[in-house]
Amino acid sequence: MTVTVLGRVRAGKSLAWVLTFALAASMLVPFLWMLSTSLMDELEVFRFPPRLVPETLRWDNYAGAFTARPFGRYFLNSFVFATLIVLGQLFTAATAGYAFAKFEFKGRDKLFMLYLSTMMVPAVVVLIPRFLLIDTLGWIDTYAGLASTELVSVWGVFLMRQYFRTVPRELEDAARIDGAGPWRVFWTISLPLAKPAMATLGLFAFIDAWKNLLWPLVVTTSMSMRTVEVGIASFHGTFVFN
Amino acid sequence: MTDQSTASGVTLHGIEKWFGSVAAVRSLDLEILSGELVVLLGPSGCGKTTVLRMIAGLEDPSQGDILIGDTRVNDIEPAQRDVAMVFQNYALYPHMTVQQNLGFGLKMRKVPRAELDAKVSNAAQVLELTELLARRPGQLSGGQRQRVALGRALVREPSVFLFDEPLSNLDARLRLEMRGEIAQLHRRLGTTMVYVTHDQVEAMTLGHRVAIMNEGVLQQYAPPLEVYQKPANLFVATFIGSPPINTVSGAVKSVGGRSVFEAPGLELELATPLASEPATLALRAEGLSLLENVHEVDFTADVVRLEPLGNEVLVYLDGPASESWVARVNPDHPCAVGDTIGVRLDRSRIHLFAGPNQKRIQTRLDAEDSLE
Repeated sequence: MTVTVLGRVRAGKSLAWVLTFALAASMLVPFLWMLSTSLMDELEVFRFPPRLVPETLRWDNYAGAFTARPFGRYFLNSFVFATLIVLGQLFTAATAGYAFAKFEFKGRDKLFMLYLSTMMVPAVVVLIPRFLLIDTLGWIDTYAGLASTELVSVWGVFLMRQYFRTVPRELEDAARIDGAGPWRVFWTISLPLAKPAMATLGLFAFIDAWKNLLWPLVVTTSMSMRTVEVGIASFHGTFVFN
Repeated sequence: MTDQSTASGVTLHGIEKWFGSVAAVRSLDLEILSGELVVLLGPSGCGKTTVLRMIAGLEDPSQGDILIGDTRVNDIEPAQRDVAMVFQNYALYPHMTVQQNLGFGLKMRKVPRAELDAKVSNAAQVLELTELLARRPGQLSGGQRQRVALGRALVREPSVFLFDEPLSNLDARLRLEMRGEIAQLHRRLGTTMVYVTHDQVEAMTLGHRVAIMNEGVLQQYAPPLEVYQKPANLFVATFIGSPPINTVSGAVKSVGGRSVFEAPGLELELATPLASEPATLALRAEGLSLLENVHEVDFTADVVRLEPLGNEVLVYLDGPASESWVARVNPDHPCAVGDTIGVRLDRSRIHLFAGPNQKRIQTRLDAEDSLE
């Protein structure tokens, strides 16, 4: 009886390992394939059956790519764009989330629901109005144009509001009695306690900004303002039929 | 820590607090003398914490005036009221060390660094926190956190201390210890203290005066012994005391020109003529004498349960008029479960309550008593 149970447990564990390895391989293989391809020459890439390890490691592919396009500048632009967005979203989400969570004002909850409802509007729908706005401001092909309409994240405000609601009221009361004003209570007491939520929001904001293709493509025109995503797409478009 | 002489009295005049259509506090008048330790006592939701928060400035009264010393503070921010508060859940800043927690209030007041350090160090020494100054609240035990919360209030040297059920999260032994420390602190500092609790032992042992509240209304404001011995109404009588006071519903009646209290199986002659009306008799456990001789007793009852507490025994009885009576007797009393025993009620300790608010109409039924 015991032996049968033990046998089942072992079989279950083995199956779990097999599945884990299969899943890990499905994630790793495309990545390794990409790395391998980046070091092959053009003919080897299309060879059939495909090879996982290149015959010769062609490191000069990288040098070639950086010469063909200003990828250094693209990386810088992406970094500036993503950093501005992270800073902006952290600031607006923390302050607005705090206000929605902690301050009593007329129509607060209705305003918040209205705010949340904007999440149902697809980004593509507001693409043209955003472009017209930035164009009117004369910010096409600038960092201001790239980042300004992305500085507020409704999801971020929602996240921070929910987090601030978990900060005990007594902590803020204690700080008020200790002599802290509303801004000081926010900055010294509540915000440091919201570090985990801030880190999550910052990470998501950075990744989203870095991966953003459509908006930087629409709002930048010169090579020197392109981001990495736009640069890679354009690079790919140029050489794919070569 | 130096002794202080900056205590201020607190006066509440006609205070009302409404949350929407719900009244949290109704028509409250309370005068707390300078240097006094007053306990606000009552069941959950009675409005006692709301009163404390209004004194602190964390809630605005819907109506009425709050004075600290001679200053009306209704429109003054909490920080400017010169009060310090100890919260039920300690409310220590979790991301700051004990030292930073203790010094935060002084830092906000821009106290010079050297003075701040000296005060924090003194408070830490008084409360035996010196070894813990570098720790964060998460690394402290419940008792240590409570000490830090006390210390944070102490270093401020306020004119009024406010305590919001500060011991309710501690175990019984620590609670006893901290209660002693708070009493000692009050003796040394002489600062006005307002202490909110639902624990009547804390109220009776700490307070110079106890303000008992129920459903937002002040029921009685008196020294602890007076509250116990002369409860203003039936609520106070039943809320204070352990085991709960014995109560019997009946009526005052006029029989042959005499006033008597009548309940099923019980008739007691009143020394003072009273108007006939429904009334409740109340008598604490120590007011019952258990006699083996069943003659010249008020009634006989069956012993249904004994609770030996070491220094005394609580005897639960099935008697007339009420479903259960409880008596407090010496541990060597010979009664046993199943005995039928004579019960004599101590006339000098009987209370009568009547009227819509069940107010006390007479405290004693013996011959020397008179209507109060």
